Amino acid sequence: MELRRQPWILAGDDRRSAAFLGTLLLVAILVPILNGAVPPTSSIHLSTYALTLVGKYMCYAMLALAVDLIWGYCGILSLGHAAFFTLGGYAMGMYLMRQIGPRGVYGDPVLPDFMVFLNWHSLPWFWYGFNHFVVAVVMMVLAPGLLALVFGWLTFRSRVTGVYFSIITQALSYALMLAFFRNDMGFGGNNGFTDFKEILGFDLHSDSTRVGLLLVTAIALAASYMACRAIVNSRAGRVMRAIRDAESRTRFLGYSVESFKLWVFVFSAVIAGVAEALYVPQVGIINPSEFAPINSIEVVIWVAVGGRGTLYGAAIGAVLVNYAKTYLTGAFPEVWLYALGSLFVLVTLFLPRGIAGLLARREKK
Amino acid sequence: MTIRDKILYLEKLTVSFDGFRALDELTLYVEPGELLCIIGPNGAGKTTMMDVITGKTRPDSGTAWFGRDLDLLKMSEPEIAQAGIGRKFQKPTVFEQLTVFENLELSLAGSKKFVRTLLARINPTQQAKINQVLEVIGLADQRHSPGRILSHGQKQWLEIGMLLMQEPELLLVDEPVAGMTPHETERTAALLQSLAGEHSVVVVEHDMEFVRSIARRVTVLHEGRVIAEGDMDHVQNHPRVKEVYLGE
Amino acid sequence: MFRSELQVNSLLRKGVRWLFVLLLPALWGILPLHAQSKNDQVFLSTLNELREAEFDAKTAIVERLAQTGHSSVRAVLTAFLEDRLYFRNDNQMVVLVKSTEGDPATLDLIDPVSLKAAGSLAADQLTNIGTNNPLRRMIRTTVAHFGLGNPDPAVRLDAVRDMLRSLDEATLSILRERAGIETDPKVKKAIAAGLALAALNSSDAQERLDAISALRGSLNSDVRNKLAGLIEKSPDGNFVESDERVRAAAGIAVKVIDQWRTFYSGIETLFFGLSLGSVLVLVAIGLAITFGVMGVINMAHGELMMIGAYTTYVVQSAMPGHIGLSIILSIPAAFIVTGLTGIFIERTIIRFLYGRPLETLLATFGLSLILQQLVRSIFSALNREVKTPEWMSGTLQLNEALSITYNRLYIVFFTLIVFAILLAVLKRTRIGLDIRAVAQNRAMARAMGIRSEWVDAMTFGLGSGIAGVAGVALSQLTNVGPNLGQSYIIDSFMVVVFGGVGNLWGAFLGGMSMGIVNKLFEPYSGAVLAKILVLVALILFIQRRPRGLFPQTGRSSENS
Repeated sequence: MELRRQPWILAGDDRRSAAFLGTLLLVAILVPILNGAVPPTSSIHLSTYALTLVGKYMCYAMLALAVDLIWGYCGILSLGHAAFFTLGGYAMGMYLMRQIGPRGVYGDPVLPDFMVFLNWHSLPWFWYGFNHFVVAVVMMVLAPGLLALVFGWLTFRSRVTGVYFSIITQALSYALMLAFFRNDMGFGGNNGFTDFKEILGFDLHSDSTRVGLLLVTAIALAASYMACRAIVNSRAGRVMRAIRDAESRTRFLGYSVESFKLWVFVFSAVIAGVAEALYVPQVGIINPSEFAPINSIEVVIWVAVGGRGTLYGAAIGAVLVNYAKTYLTGAFPEVWLYALGSLFVLVTLFLPRGIAGLLARREKK
Repeated sequence: MTIRDKILYLEKLTVSFDGFRALDELTLYVEPGELLCIIGPNGAGKTTMMDVITGKTRPDSGTAWFGRDLDLLKMSEPEIAQAGIGRKFQKPTVFEQLTVFENLELSLAGSKKFVRTLLARINPTQQAKINQVLEVIGLADQRHSPGRILSHGQKQWLEIGMLLMQEPELLLVDEPVAGMTPHETERTAALLQSLAGEHSVVVVEHDMEFVRSIARRVTVLHEGRVIAEGDMDHVQNHPRVKEVYLGE
Repeated sequence: MFRSELQVNSLLRKGVRWLFVLLLPALWGILPLHAQSKNDQVFLSTLNELREAEFDAKTAIVERLAQTGHSSVRAVLTAFLEDRLYFRNDNQMVVLVKSTEGDPATLDLIDPVSLKAAGSLAADQLTNIGTNNPLRRMIRTTVAHFGLGNPDPAVRLDAVRDMLRSLDEATLSILRERAGIETDPKVKKAIAAGLALAALNSSDAQERLDAISALRGSLNSDVRNKLAGLIEKSPDGNFVESDERVRAAAGIAVKVIDQWRTFYSGIETLFFGLSLGSVLVLVAIGLAITFGVMGVINMAHGELMMIGAYTTYVVQSAMPGHIGLSIILSIPAAFIVTGLTGIFIERTIIRFLYGRPLETLLATFGLSLILQQLVRSIFSALNREVKTPEWMSGTLQLNEALSITYNRLYIVFFTLIVFAILLAVLKRTRIGLDIRAVAQNRAMARAMGIRSEWVDAMTFGLGSGIAGVAGVALSQLTNVGPNLGQSYIIDSFMVVVFGGVGNLWGAFLGGMSMGIVNKLFEPYSGAVLAKILVLVALILFIQRRPRGLFPQTGRSSENS
């Protein structure tokens, strides 16, 4: 009996997948308890800071998933994914800015502070509707999705691949960064958006809201994981891997390589946009430096360290590398960039399959 | 005398690359169901001929028809593949990271669109087809092995198998036994012979032993033209062939 | 002893002549000294009147000061203009102050008559002698008048230009006077323009017409605006200029001037485009070489340029007195330093990633982070100052509408030279031949005995060396800091993507055209938007030619 795995069965017979989802569940359960139910004096109490950190790591894991989907499984190395995820972040940011309402420094009920500062009198058209959460949700999907659609269509159609493609993606996020830094764009200029107060009526500074956001992120992460898993386990996933390994051969078989790439590219952009949209309320700020090329490349190294082409590896990599970053930038800030740089070099030279690869090799023995 | 329809008509094909004539008014016919071998020294135009048939190269002049109705020169590569002409290249290009089974699965005839493949599940008919092809190419017990661990010969068979999945009418096979062990060569000969009849097979080869073992009809190409045709004996004793191959 | 009488006589005469020649300057010195001391008193007393005068009265005083013809007038008036004229509270004498920068507690004094240092005094012991705008204007013109008498024509020209800005009867009469005796053609022209400008106000229409034809060739913006004013309407609906012929003539003149100004502006834009283009070529050409031969995109390329810039800094620090020489020496120094670094990188990292371009991209990115941090650790995170030599500073003013900075001009030439050398190396040397062979068909080259690993190392070294040289040029244009590489790396990529890697001309033409296009956009869109537009245009261009202007031909290009 050779029936392929049913794509939608939760983690199927892949043990490591199950382990990942299980860990996620555990975290989702433990965190609210350790923060809310355990008294602050206890040693296992999860502080607000730690709470935010866990939430952030989950968002990073989602970003890593998005990149692994297209890189590990389809061979598309995007060095400018920041273009997509930051757009998602801005969508959420715009909603949050509107929520500040009259509590801003200038007290204008409609216009955010930076607009008042620039002497603007009315809201630009693209801000309309952002006082409704629904609009933010729609835009955090639509903005990165549309951009990825247009950009992908243009590049894949003209068979731009490999390093050329990677460089062009860098240029894209760089261009967006330049644009959003301008004060007259209507996106807050170089200060971006900050000083958020509430989301959906919940106070962003309270622990219970943070826990709520974290749980939502956990759900989003799990959902993205399962969706990506479903894709890679399907025939479409096998076609993607075929494209990754031998593009012209796949085309020769009759598959529209461009269309496959476009679909997963857009899907990846949407996941990334949602991830950042969940990140923004948890860290309380978004500004154009999020578009910087280094941010995109950092996501790539998380995937490389964790092990590309495994999905759970990407998530592991995201958490591990960021943990190291949090620790090093706190304890030895000078060392962090050396460490990060060396990580890139060492992982590509000695650990091409990442940590997941190490685990797999150990299993085989 | 009944004039049977041929499956492939190539008439006066000429292809020049930068002044070099790869095909020089080449005229060649393939009968349906036959196993035709094409031989000739390097540079004779064998690969270029295949390129023209599959739509990879356009000739400067001449005609190429698939059956009576399909003008190959007006069709694109994917269209020609869909129409039923399958080509196996010299270098085996199977998907190394996918299993034998998955390689064949990807070659299934049917919709190649993203959403379809996302939701696709193998139905019993398709399952049976894959099993059947696995039998024909002799890789049934290797179905879950990844492509990269197959031997060179096995990769060649897998590739033929992938070709068969698309149910082609005409198979163009470019140097199938290059690099194979004698045992593998034998098996390949048997494979190709079993394919003839239901399919029309055109084999390009250098290995004379192999050609002799499978061929009924042999065509010799030289400098872009046909210089001899017939069974193996006739061709091997043909004076022009001897001159061209042995340089007399 | 045996000299004849005649000879002795002639000697004597010569001697007396010499004596006279020697004495005369002394007399000249003494006599004026005498006269001077009388003049000094007048000067000083006039000066001291400034102390208590009202602003209107001050104007008169300044005039009288100027009329004394005292040698210090210019310095005193300039000090007055710069708010450096004070009087001492104790003896009420007017003094000059050396500098008030930084608001010091004590001020260094200068004697207004001798212009020599005169000790210092606490700031609160001095009172500033104030000016207002009309007074300043008047002082400015007065100072300019002095300029008119200066032996250096450039100084005279500046003085005339100054005066054109505030023409009044006094200035005009001075100009008319000067017009008669001026010898330098440029200054003459400027004076004529000034007089013509004044004539525009004349009541005689014919005079105005004549003035307009005289001004037709001018490129000066003040002139143009004055002429444009003639064709405007005043608020009550009537034309400012009553005579129709004059209006018509003015209209034409304005058009002509505008055309010329646009033309020169176009040339200036072209120059800026070439300049930006040449920088782009310099930063991209090393990258194009490594990518073309090895298929490797080196993301540490920017950092290699940064190292080149820092090498310049180090060389300059080592020879502080010879800025110009240090720049020249920096070029081979940077080439060697970065070239060796490149070879080292290739041998330790790149060669293990052969055939995996995406991994190489990542590994070199990591390297760029390490190099940046290294520089921060060694040199600190702040920018370092690299000085520009004399012969590279300043501007070449071709005419009133066109000026070119020297440093950019030199860099354009520098780029052309580097490119020519590179072409020569690739086309005419053995190593160049080896590089081209490996780029086109590695397997074949190896079969012919070329050691491709060695060629790879050399190629990477060459590309890196050129990056270093580019860094030397960049040090003259921008701040030298650890982030220098990051500012230019995206641009380098763009040029490589646009120009293709088929041959060097790709990088050259690609860089130049991108620079020019960028500068063409700028006047309409601003610098940032221009950059964005170029990027978007590039993405669209890639549609047509995915491999750039000059793609790599041959079978090997199919394997990416």
